[in-house]
Amino acid sequence: MTETARPRSLNISNILHRYGTVAILIALLIVATSMSNVFLTERNIINVLRQSAGTSLMAVGMLFVILTRGIDLSVGSIAALGSVLSAILIQDYGTGLSIAGALVAGGACGLASGLLISLLKLPPFVTTLAMMTVARGLSLIVSTGQPIQMGDAGSLITDFGSGLIGNIPYPVVLMIVVFVVSGIVLTFTRFGRLVKAIGSNVEAVRLSGIRVAFYTTSVYVISGVLAAAAGIVSTSRTGIGSANIGVGAELDAIAAVVIGGASLMGGRGGVFNTFIGVIVLGIIANMMNLARVPGYHQQVFMGCIIIGAMLLQYASNWFRK
Amino acid sequence: MENLVELTGIRKSFGGVRALQGVDFALRPGEVHALLGENGAGKSTLMRVLGGEYVPEAGTVDVGGAPQQFRGPMDALDKGIAIIHQEMALATDLTVAENIFLAEIPSIIAWRDLNRRAKDLISSLGFSISPSAIVGDLPLAHQQVVEIAKALSRNAQVMVFDEPTAVLSMRDAERLLGIIRTLRDRGVGIIYISHRLDEVFRIANRITVMKDGASVATVERNDVEIDDVIRMMVGRSLKALFGEDVERTPGKEVLRIEDLSDGSRIKGASLSIRAGEIVGLGGLVGAGRTELVRLIFGAERAKSGRIFLHGKETKIGSPRDAVRAGIGLVPESRKEQGLVLDFPIRVNATMSKLSPLVNIFGFMRRSAEVAAVEKLSTRLRIKTDNLNDPASSLSGGNQQKVVLAKWFHADGDLLTFDEPTRGVDVGAKSEIYSLIKSLAAEGRAVLVISSEHIELFGLCDRILVMREGELTGSLEPGDYTEEKLLKLAMVNTMSQAEAIATH
Repeated sequence: MTETARPRSLNISNILHRYGTVAILIALLIVATSMSNVFLTERNIINVLRQSAGTSLMAVGMLFVILTRGIDLSVGSIAALGSVLSAILIQDYGTGLSIAGALVAGGACGLASGLLISLLKLPPFVTTLAMMTVARGLSLIVSTGQPIQMGDAGSLITDFGSGLIGNIPYPVVLMIVVFVVSGIVLTFTRFGRLVKAIGSNVEAVRLSGIRVAFYTTSVYVISGVLAAAAGIVSTSRTGIGSANIGVGAELDAIAAVVIGGASLMGGRGGVFNTFIGVIVLGIIANMMNLARVPGYHQQVFMGCIIIGAMLLQYASNWFRK
Repeated sequence: MENLVELTGIRKSFGGVRALQGVDFALRPGEVHALLGENGAGKSTLMRVLGGEYVPEAGTVDVGGAPQQFRGPMDALDKGIAIIHQEMALATDLTVAENIFLAEIPSIIAWRDLNRRAKDLISSLGFSISPSAIVGDLPLAHQQVVEIAKALSRNAQVMVFDEPTAVLSMRDAERLLGIIRTLRDRGVGIIYISHRLDEVFRIANRITVMKDGASVATVERNDVEIDDVIRMMVGRSLKALFGEDVERTPGKEVLRIEDLSDGSRIKGASLSIRAGEIVGLGGLVGAGRTELVRLIFGAERAKSGRIFLHGKETKIGSPRDAVRAGIGLVPESRKEQGLVLDFPIRVNATMSKLSPLVNIFGFMRRSAEVAAVEKLSTRLRIKTDNLNDPASSLSGGNQQKVVLAKWFHADGDLLTFDEPTRGVDVGAKSEIYSLIKSLAAEGRAVLVISSEHIELFGLCDRILVMREGELTGSLEPGDYTEEKLLKLAMVNTMSQAEAIATH
């Protein structure tokens, strides 16, 4: 056998692979701008970002999970639990404790899924599907199925939901902070490196003496906490804790991660591209609203566009051959 | 004599690696033609070209004097070429008769007829196996007979045996050699691939030796001795391959295991290794060597038994415990178990011990890591331009060096190697041998599993032999012969094989 070192060339495959998501975004921006002269106004852009904040928190958690070759279907339900709990707890315990309580509950849901998956080796799909039902059920029980008004006790939270720093809404600031912190964690820390490595080849990592169960469990905890945070963000905008929010939100989160070029087979994906994935979804929804596409039709379009984005991602594989 | 099969100038590459570079090979009717060479020499690739699995980039395949372009394995089989695979390609949930006639089972099955024909085929090989038995329930030797019968049912004129005796007991291996002689006398051409040179010298008429994707020579069996063949395979004298022996005096005991068992495959193994010692673990494929090493490393849970490190009893419940206790494992399959292939060389090399490369907040100290990996890369002579390239960009030998680098980095004092040179070219092989020796010279204890006897003989201070989950004996350098090793690897199996056969 001869020694071969494959040079890292800038071929079409690599370019598509690295910048495919950005290309989708640019294409969308061009289309949206030409379709509507409202689109590229500051107000509309901020609106898109604000509406993306909740999804983006869930998408970041989902990214961590997907990097380990897992999936978390429970994030929408955990968001509902977070929303309901924060609205209930705030009546008696104040803002800080209610937020903490909601986040802890979300983390506990993630911990339960994570332990079942990493220690008992249950498949992530089924485990988090079960957690999806459990968390939804819990939020319905806690709220007795009724929307919960935060009232005056929740003024700090609703201020967060409607307030601005300069022109930027707080939820958008939160979103950006979460993206930046996650990006740093994934790129520069041992945790991030091992999470990705586990998704790429769990056995090689385990046989290097790494506590795989710890890392696998952690990503579900992160996902649970971020999902609960997304629920609180939702409450902060409406002032209402509701057990009915976040239905199907897990699918938006997965779509954003996948449009961002992450592999469902684990090990590959990044925070920046996930951010773009979230924004792409947000812009598509926004475009259709501006174009007055009826709601039901929007769902069909959305599905088609996700498939289109996927095809573009896969095109990078075709060019490799 | 006219050739049954003639391969001329066969070339085949995989992603830039030339697996075959213009190989010629011919098979006559009624001969046993042994194909020898180290792992990675290209034997299996050549046979896959012959079996229609690979399409060669250049060269011709003639069968019975007519050039062929196989469209796939079924096409080759139709032309009379059958490959008896190393891992048997049988449907284990189906019966013997169904397997034999799998390709031609009609939509309505005449069971009685099918079973009778299966029975006839099998008894023509000198065996009696019930045609309605489920293949998965049969002992391996009988499964192999079924596979041969399957080939015969298709009127195969050429049969390729790829390491057929690797998983068989001595007695079954003898019977298989008997079958091969019968087939040969019927005029079938046999290509026989084996690492057991004594076996090859008993059965072959001609021998072709391959090395680095080319055919070195084709010789009559009677014209050569085993040593000649080894030199052809390795391409240099054994002394040069294994390098200078450094004087080493074994120190204190590093590892002792007592009655270690996993409750199924490993039935109470005890051994001890001292510092500065290289101990080999020999035996047949499936003897439990990998399982034993994985028990020591905590990759599998032990049911009973005790592990002592430096004289102190140590609980090892996971690879993490093992690594922390100073044990390293270079696993059998570097692609599946050794490396995160898509990840940089740098990341793979340090994965066994990240704590010195991480600050208190969990951030990687990049410059410290780069310095550490550069040092490793120099010491292990990893050939790469950029340590940030993915491990998959390296050749097999250099990939294996990255796995080794991981354990050099962890700096433990007990290193276990499971087939350390599998699929590695001769140059890298020699380097790996000297690295293993240097580990021992530094006073570490080394345990090496290898199915290549030459490797064990050249590397080890003593060889422990396993058979069916038990350690059956130990060889000192004075006793290093293939015969003595195989005797320990197989001896009692004979009575057990007897029990199965009469059962």
